[in-house]
Amino acid sequence: MSRVRVLVGTKKGAFVLSADGKRQNWNVSGPFFAGWEIYHLKGSPVDPNRIYASQSSGWFGQVIQRSNDGGKTWDTPGGGIKAEPGQMPKGESNKFAYDTSSPNGAELHTHQWYDGTQHPWEFKRVWHLEPSLTDPDKVYAGIEDAALFLSTDGAQSWHELAGLRGHGTGPRWQPGAGGMCLHTVILDPKNPNRIYIAISAAGAFRTDDGGKSWKPINRGLFSQYIPDPHAEVGHCVHHVAMHKSRTDVLFMQKHWDVMRSDNAGDQWTEVSGNLPTDFGFVIDVHAHEPETIYVVPIKSDSEHFPLDGRLSVYRSRTGGNEWEPLTKGLPQKDCYVNILRDAMAVDSLDSCGIYFGTTGGQVFVSPDAGDNWMPIVQSLPPVLSVEVQTLS
Amino acid sequence: MIRVVLPAHLRALAQVGSEISIEVPGPVTQRSVLDALENTYPMLRGTIRDHVTQARRPFLRFFVCSEDWSHESPDQPLPDEVSSGKEPLCIVGAIAGG
Repeated sequence: MSRVRVLVGTKKGAFVLSADGKRQNWNVSGPFFAGWEIYHLKGSPVDPNRIYASQSSGWFGQVIQRSNDGGKTWDTPGGGIKAEPGQMPKGESNKFAYDTSSPNGAELHTHQWYDGTQHPWEFKRVWHLEPSLTDPDKVYAGIEDAALFLSTDGAQSWHELAGLRGHGTGPRWQPGAGGMCLHTVILDPKNPNRIYIAISAAGAFRTDDGGKSWKPINRGLFSQYIPDPHAEVGHCVHHVAMHKSRTDVLFMQKHWDVMRSDNAGDQWTEVSGNLPTDFGFVIDVHAHEPETIYVVPIKSDSEHFPLDGRLSVYRSRTGGNEWEPLTKGLPQKDCYVNILRDAMAVDSLDSCGIYFGTTGGQVFVSPDAGDNWMPIVQSLPPVLSVEVQTLS
Repeated sequence: MIRVVLPAHLRALAQVGSEISIEVPGPVTQRSVLDALENTYPMLRGTIRDHVTQARRPFLRFFVCSEDWSHESPDQPLPDEVSSGKEPLCIVGAIAGG
């Protein structure tokens, strides 16, 4: 029988939640890396027992952890005391050095600071880890300050795909409230050379040559908080989602506005429709219905909680514009939590399961595509990310 | 042997106890002690000093013989009490909430 494993990153450690295909009785393990911020964990689609985790701390910086047994045990890749005979261990799994070398690197220029002045580019943390669709030792890392890194040796070492940061628009990128983070990495299962990424607050970008060169894909976005609301870059994209069967169709939760593109991001159209508010962070797509999408509306850019204290997921079965609230089993009174951008996921069981975590430490599951919800856990530290693995 | 005291989170990361002892070749300075520490426990690289600049992470401090050495040159010889093993180099996390 199939089962699911939910990987939860929180502000004070990681948790692994496991259940069978009914998704009713849950086993909770953790905290792993207690006391550290776990921005993201994600398993390899090729080898589900291979899981990567981003562990960070304001005191001690960045650490990358790796598990080869589905999250039971962890180590820092290449950071152990053992090394090849005659060689010192490298311990470079947490070394994210911007590539300024010639000819492949990019000048380490400045980006726009909150007040409009220029500010030096500085590595702060890994926001998102995206394992390859074909190779368990290959994994991408989206970092703050925004750049994309790649490891081909199981996260023992990293190198920057500097064509993104070298695109030339960097001086116009600016941090959102959470920092200038590259938070979304989407690999195209039909085209190994195509990758989508998103940066807050620069916008979305696409490469069609495996990461050597990139183009901004922000046409159609409208952002009143920047001098030119239609600018090529500078948009605060919160998250982007894609269904694996239709890789030219993208859905975006922007700072404000829910958007879709039917041509790989070349043009976006607003599909906020009848949402009560179109501010939010998460967006995801049903595993089997590529036109069924989910968002969690948040009141506003300063009031990061649900409208009227009622937690509601909204579902559109028409790819946007027409939305229905899903509230059965969710708190409908005095609920003032947020759902952060990487904190929603879907499983691929026949009855698609939807998961999300809150800053109040709850992780909810709906085993029936959003019709009914139940809490898996209710008192974790603030949830930063949720991923789910569907296991046979 | 040089004695080093690590903050709790780094002890957990390196899977060591409250105090460790390491061999330090040559003059005993902050830099040589940290080099030896990171060579012995490579998972600590980047957690005490920035991987690229080698600068002390801003929320960490180095205490020696009850004095703050955080802002001393990393190449200044540490006191005899440390090089003789009588006193440890203490790496301390700043108290900053969270």
